[in-house]
Amino acid sequence: MKKPIAVAGNSGPKVRSDCEITLELTDDGGIIVDLVSKVKVLYGESIIRLASEMLKFFSIANARVKIIDSGALPFVISARLEWAVKQLIDTDLDYLPEFNEENRYSSVRDRFRFSRLYLPGNTPSLMINAGLHYADGIILDLEDSVAPEKKDESRILVRNALRQVNFCGAERMVRINQGERGLEDLDFILPHNVNLILIPKCENAWCVKRVEEEVAVIKDKLNLTNEVFLMPIVESASGIENSYEIARSSENVVAMAIGLEDYTADLGVNRTLEGKESLYARTRIIVAAKAAGIQPIDSVFSDVSDMEALHQYVLNSKALGFEGMGCIHPRQIPVIRQGFAPTETEIEKSKKIVIVFEAAQRKGLNVVAIGSKMIDPPVVKRAQRTIDLAIRLGMLSHNWIDEVPVEEK
Amino acid sequence: MVINAAGRSVPLEINGQPVIPFQGDGKYRPEGRKYAPPVPTSSDYPADGNKLAGSLEEALIRCGLRDGMTISTHHHLRDGDLISNIIFDIASKCGVKNLVWFPSASFPCNDPLIKYLDDGTINRIEGSMNGLLGQYVSEGRMKGTAVLRSHGGRVQAIQDGEVKIDIAVLAAPSADSFGNARGTGGSSACGVLGYAKADYMYAEKVIVVTDNLIDFPCFPMEIEGNYVDYVVVVDKLGIPEKIMSGTTQVTKSPDRLLIAELTASFLEKSGILKDGVTIQEGAGGTSLAIAMFIQEILKKNGWKSKFGFGGSTHHMVKMLEEGQMGYILDAQIFDPEAIRSVENNPGHVPYPVFNAYNYHSKGNLTTMMDVMILGATEVDLNFNGNVVTHSDGYLLHGIGGWQNCLHARNVILPLPLFRDRIPVIVDEVTTLCGPGELIDVIVTERGIAINPLRQDLIDKVKNSGLPIRTIKELREEAVKICGEPQKPQFEEDIVAAIKWVDGTVIDVVRKLKL
Repeated sequence: MKKPIAVAGNSGPKVRSDCEITLELTDDGGIIVDLVSKVKVLYGESIIRLASEMLKFFSIANARVKIIDSGALPFVISARLEWAVKQLIDTDLDYLPEFNEENRYSSVRDRFRFSRLYLPGNTPSLMINAGLHYADGIILDLEDSVAPEKKDESRILVRNALRQVNFCGAERMVRINQGERGLEDLDFILPHNVNLILIPKCENAWCVKRVEEEVAVIKDKLNLTNEVFLMPIVESASGIENSYEIARSSENVVAMAIGLEDYTADLGVNRTLEGKESLYARTRIIVAAKAAGIQPIDSVFSDVSDMEALHQYVLNSKALGFEGMGCIHPRQIPVIRQGFAPTETEIEKSKKIVIVFEAAQRKGLNVVAIGSKMIDPPVVKRAQRTIDLAIRLGMLSHNWIDEVPVEEK
Repeated sequence: MVINAAGRSVPLEINGQPVIPFQGDGKYRPEGRKYAPPVPTSSDYPADGNKLAGSLEEALIRCGLRDGMTISTHHHLRDGDLISNIIFDIASKCGVKNLVWFPSASFPCNDPLIKYLDDGTINRIEGSMNGLLGQYVSEGRMKGTAVLRSHGGRVQAIQDGEVKIDIAVLAAPSADSFGNARGTGGSSACGVLGYAKADYMYAEKVIVVTDNLIDFPCFPMEIEGNYVDYVVVVDKLGIPEKIMSGTTQVTKSPDRLLIAELTASFLEKSGILKDGVTIQEGAGGTSLAIAMFIQEILKKNGWKSKFGFGGSTHHMVKMLEEGQMGYILDAQIFDPEAIRSVENNPGHVPYPVFNAYNYHSKGNLTTMMDVMILGATEVDLNFNGNVVTHSDGYLLHGIGGWQNCLHARNVILPLPLFRDRIPVIVDEVTTLCGPGELIDVIVTERGIAINPLRQDLIDKVKNSGLPIRTIKELREEAVKICGEPQKPQFEEDIVAAIKWVDGTVIDVVRKLKL
C-alpha cells in the first residue's frame, strides 16, 4: 500500500460539475460510501452504485469513500475515484467509461483552424458544453491551465472527456505538457481518438520529433490507425529562430502556432495591444509556416470582455497572414471566425480580378488593368486564394464563374 | 381527493375552506359578486386628516389585532424589508396566535419568521415560499397548508373574497399623514407600489408605514389615503442596497449567452419580432442578454416595441430612452436607473398588477402581449411547466407573475437543458404550475423545441437553420448526458396547494419523505 488515504477532485462553493473524493482503504467492513450531494435525491443511488462497481473493478473489497459532489457527471466521478484508487494501489487497470460513438471522427490535414478553444484539463464544468460553440478545434489542455499538483488527475479526466463528451465535430486536440511528462501524457490520450496534439514551448525540430516517435510507438503497440496531427507552439526567442526547422520537422505537422505571453516574457518586454514587440516573431512564424506548406496560427487574445479590440486584432492577424488563432472564451469564436473569413467586398473584388484576367488571357495577354491597378499573376493568385476560401466556407458556390452573365466576362 | 382536469390528485378542502379543482384553462366561471370590506364613515376619522399612530404596535392594536387574522404585506422592499418581520414580533409579544401571513412574495430576510411558525404565532403563509421557508414547508413543519398563488391569482383571491385581509400593513417610501403614499423619495425608495392596490382597496384595515413623512399631498399617490386607517412613521423602512436588486449584469456564462442568442434569433426568424411588438422579459442575467439581442434586432430594422411591461430594469429604460420601446408599464422596479426613469419620464407609467394580471376582470394585459420570456425549474414532455419545486421535491420558489404571463401570444422559456446534472426537461413535472397548452417554445443550448400545438411557428422556422428538435429528443439528450434521475419520495400529507389564475387548485405539493 502506498499511503492510507487519498484525495482527488475539487469541492467548494464555486465548484460545479465536479466532486471531491476521499478514499481510505480499510481491513474489513466492506465498501462504505458517504455521499454529500445536491443531486443526492436524483442520482444518489447511481453515484453509490458507480463507486461500488469501480472499487470492485480495482479489486478493493474494504474501503471508506467520501464523495462531496457538486453535480459531477459520471465520467467526472469515475475519473476522480480512479485517481484516488491509483494513489493507494499499484494497478495497470484503467476504468474506461463507454466510448461515445459520436466522437469517432477523423480530421484532415488542411481543415480550417480559425478558432481553437482552450479548455483547462482539470475543469469539467467548462468541457461539458464546449462543443456547442462550434470552434474549429477544442483543446483539452494538460499544460499551463492545470496546477502542478493536479497534473496527474487531469490526465484521467481528459481521457474520460475524450471518450464521453461530444465536441460536436470540432477537431479533438490535446495540449500535452513539455518534455518527459508530455510524452507520458500521450499514453493517456492517444487511444481515445485524438485528432491533433499541441506541443508547447517548442524550441527546435527535436521537440516535435520525440513526440512524433512516441506517437508512432503507441499507435503501433495499440494498433491505432487514425491520423494524429501535430501543432507545435513556438513560445521563445530560440524557438522563433528555429521556426522553419520546426515547421518542417514532421509530415504530421499541419500547423504552427505562436505563444505570445511566453514569448514576450522571454524577451523581457510587455505584450501590448498593438503588438509591435512581437511583429518580427509573428511574421517570421508566418513565413516559416507558409514556406513549409502548413498553417500559421496566432496566439490567444487575453481580454475576453473586449470584443471590439479582439475584432481589430483578428483583422490585423489575418492581414499579416495568420490562418487562425486560439480562444480562451467561447464568445471569442464567432468574432474570430468572422474575422478570418473573407469579406463580401474582398470576394467581389477577387471575382472581378479572376474574370478580367481570364478574359485577358483568352486574348493572349498576361497583364491587364482594372482602372489604374495592374493585374498580374501574383494578384490573381491572391484573388484565387480568397475565392477558394469563400467556396470552402460556403460563401460562394463552386461554379460561381458559370453563374456570371456572359457580358460581364 | 379528486383528479382535476390536469390529471392531478387534489383535495376539495384546504385549511378548512372548500376549494375548486382545476377544470381546464378558461373553463371555471365564478358567479356572484366581488368581495367588499365594510363601509366606513369619514366622520370616524380625524377631520384634519392626520391619521398618525404612535407606533406600528399601537396601530396594530387599534386595528384589533387578534388570533387567526390574515395580515397582508407587499414585497416592494424585497430582501431589504425591515417591516414584515416586525409585525410578527409585535404579534408574538402580544400573545396573538394562528395568524395567516399573506405577502405578495417572501425573501430570505423573512427566514426569521420560522420561529413564529414554530411557536404558533403564525399558522401558515399564503404566498411565495423561498429558500428556508420553502424547505420548512416541504419538510411538513408548517401547521397550516401553504397556498401558492400567482401575482394575478393573489389579487383575484382578494377581489373574490377567497382571502379576506384583516389588516394590510403597507410599507411606503413616501407618505403623508392622511395615508396617500408612493414608491419614490426618501431613503427607502422602491420606485412603484404596483402590488399594493388590491390590498388597500379590500382589506378591513390598512396601515401605511413610512420613513419619509411628507406634507399633504403626497403625490402622485399610488396608495390613496381615503382607504387608509393609520399612518406609522418608523426610522428605517428598509435596507436600500437590498431593496434594489442592484444593477443586474448581463450574464457572462457562454452557455447562457448562447441560449439568449438562440432565443432572440428564434423571435426574429419566426417573425414574432416586428414593429409594434409587445414584450415582457425578466430581470435576470439571461433575460437581460436576450433583451440586449432583441434591442439590436429592433434597432437594425428601425422597429419599436409598443410597450413593455415591467418589473423594469436599466435595460428597459435604455430601450425607452433610445427609442426602441414606446412605454414602460411598470408594477415593480429593480434598479435605481429605473427609479430615475419613472420619476422623470412620462412614458414610464406605474401600472398596478391588479390592473394587469387579474383573471377575474374585464380583460387582461397579458393576452395583449406578443412575447413573454419566462423561466421554469422543470418542463415536461407535454410542455407542462413547474416553477415552485425543484426536481428533488423541495418547494423553493414562488409563482410570481409566471402563470398570468402564460396567456400571452407567444410564451418562450429559455432554459438550460440541465443544471448541475439535473435535467430541466422531465417526463412529468414534479409540480404542475402551468398547463402545457399555454407554453409554446423551449429554447435550450442544445436545441429549440416548439409545442406541436403551434404548427404556425413550426412552419415559420422550418428553413431558418435554427436547431429545431422535438422535446422528446431534448429530453433524451439530457438523459444521455446526465443519466436517468430517480424520483423524489413523498408522504401523503399535503403541504402546499398551487392555485391556477382563476382560483382553482391545479396541483398540490406533498411532504418529502426524509
